[in-house]
Amino acid sequence: MITVKEWKERLESESCYDLISELFDRIERSKLNAFITLNKDEALRLAEEFDRGKLKGKLAGIPVAVKDNISTKGLRTTCASKMLHDYVPPFDAHVVERLRQEGAIIIGKTNMDEFAMGTTTETSFFGVVRNPFDLERVAGGSSGGSGACLGGEESVLALGSDTGGSIRCPASFCGVVGLKPTYGLVSRYGLIPYANSLEQIGPMACCVEDCALLLEVIAGRDWRDSTNAGREFEFRPVDRKFRVGVIREMGGNDDVMGKFEEVVNDIVRPNFEVVEVSMPSFMFALPAYYIIAMSEASSNLARYDGVRYGYALEKLDTWTRYFSKVRAEGFGEEVKRRIMLGTYALSAGYYGKYYLKALKARTLVKRDFERALKDCDVLIAPTMPALPFRIGELADPLTMYKMDVNTVPINLAGVPALSIPIGFVKGLPVGMQIIGRFFEENTIFSFALKIEEALRDEVQRKGVA
Amino acid sequence: MVTKEDVIHVANLAKIELRDDEVEKFREEFEKILEYFDVLDEVPEDVEPTYQVHDLSNVFREDVPGESLPRELVLMNAKHVEDGYFKGPKIMEG
Repeated sequence: MITVKEWKERLESESCYDLISELFDRIERSKLNAFITLNKDEALRLAEEFDRGKLKGKLAGIPVAVKDNISTKGLRTTCASKMLHDYVPPFDAHVVERLRQEGAIIIGKTNMDEFAMGTTTETSFFGVVRNPFDLERVAGGSSGGSGACLGGEESVLALGSDTGGSIRCPASFCGVVGLKPTYGLVSRYGLIPYANSLEQIGPMACCVEDCALLLEVIAGRDWRDSTNAGREFEFRPVDRKFRVGVIREMGGNDDVMGKFEEVVNDIVRPNFEVVEVSMPSFMFALPAYYIIAMSEASSNLARYDGVRYGYALEKLDTWTRYFSKVRAEGFGEEVKRRIMLGTYALSAGYYGKYYLKALKARTLVKRDFERALKDCDVLIAPTMPALPFRIGELADPLTMYKMDVNTVPINLAGVPALSIPIGFVKGLPVGMQIIGRFFEENTIFSFALKIEEALRDEVQRKGVA
Repeated sequence: MVTKEDVIHVANLAKIELRDDEVEKFREEFEKILEYFDVLDEVPEDVEPTYQVHDLSNVFREDVPGESLPRELVLMNAKHVEDGYFKGPKIMEG
């Protein structure tokens, strides 16, 4: 994997143009299917600018991959859906404006679950993303392409989006670092919406420091997102004996728990104060999350009418027939499933039983986090309850939904959470998630940096790669 | 219990045309998924709902016209365009 520091070292002896060209050669030969659209011409032009000393900024000359639900002006943005397979945005998302201002080189748009609905990137209209550590397994989802391109050394930085774990799951499965920022820290302007009250754009990278660097660039004020908190972020590592809560209700299978407990016992306990915390509301979190996400999706995705943009039929028919056919042909199965279940949950007679109950459960989840984070600086748990799945392993939708059990409570509460790699089991990466208080990404990154360093020493001490 | 009629009803509301075999497949799945959601019946009634996580108020700006996207950019993704306008399907039958 390539860190920003390593990339900068390479830039000292090689031209940016050559490095970016090599990266595209690698991507074009790759079996991972991490990208939907490449931005080769512009990327090479910017690399030349860098070589002429014309490209400036915090990310000058550094390749960044952007998830394909984030709008890029003039560059196809599909949401991995047939519905938007030829859509070209007329404007940039706020985060893309920030990347350009800081001299980043956007190399392409990454593959994902259709409209970010999935945990495996198997619902993509453009085909599944493969795991860089085992091509027969998934890279996670929904930001599967962003995770895989980092794990497969096809980019240095990447942007994802996280509605219920979509950054942290692929970060965990691909052995990289990924943050779901505090709700409101990063502007959602230009993020094609799925579930507005839950989702955030977030940074993905090959080490903690790089992840924090990318957050510094994308966080900040933007009046075009009315939920934007107007806060900036700057990483200033703090070193102290953090009080760490291990969440009893977030677990995993034996493979995952074996590794997680090993890290808790060998690294976290000797260096920090550790307590166990219990979050009784989590029994409601998964159904509450899915009801809210599906309800918001049913409203958000009503915009796809085959008139202003997106998939269209040759002949205009009557409104109902045209609309229903465009959506039948343009949306994939999982998207239809979520739109219809959301419609059901919001329909007369069921609103009180499903949607309102889910919003009440959300209050309980938020209170549990607030209580636990009053006592602890950070909370930790395995990011995913299992190792990366075999392609096709999760055939039943409900089985797949249940894999989000550890990640969705974070989005319900709006708190930030980072996934970092903590080692390998059976040759596959395992991730740990670190949860913090609202807008305390600095504490999360500081703690994560300590774990990252300790694991590096541990690996060196044991002499295993 | 989820009936075929329930699935057809929500598909109509959501404006998604379904084939007969899809109706039955979604019916079976919806029944399983909704049954799983039933655990929410245990959430106490006397809890305030959380629609959004921060106490945010509305964001206003001065009501002055800003710059809009040029017409050709707005229309560039549409397949049915006439005289510089979007062309939509008929609202009324006949």
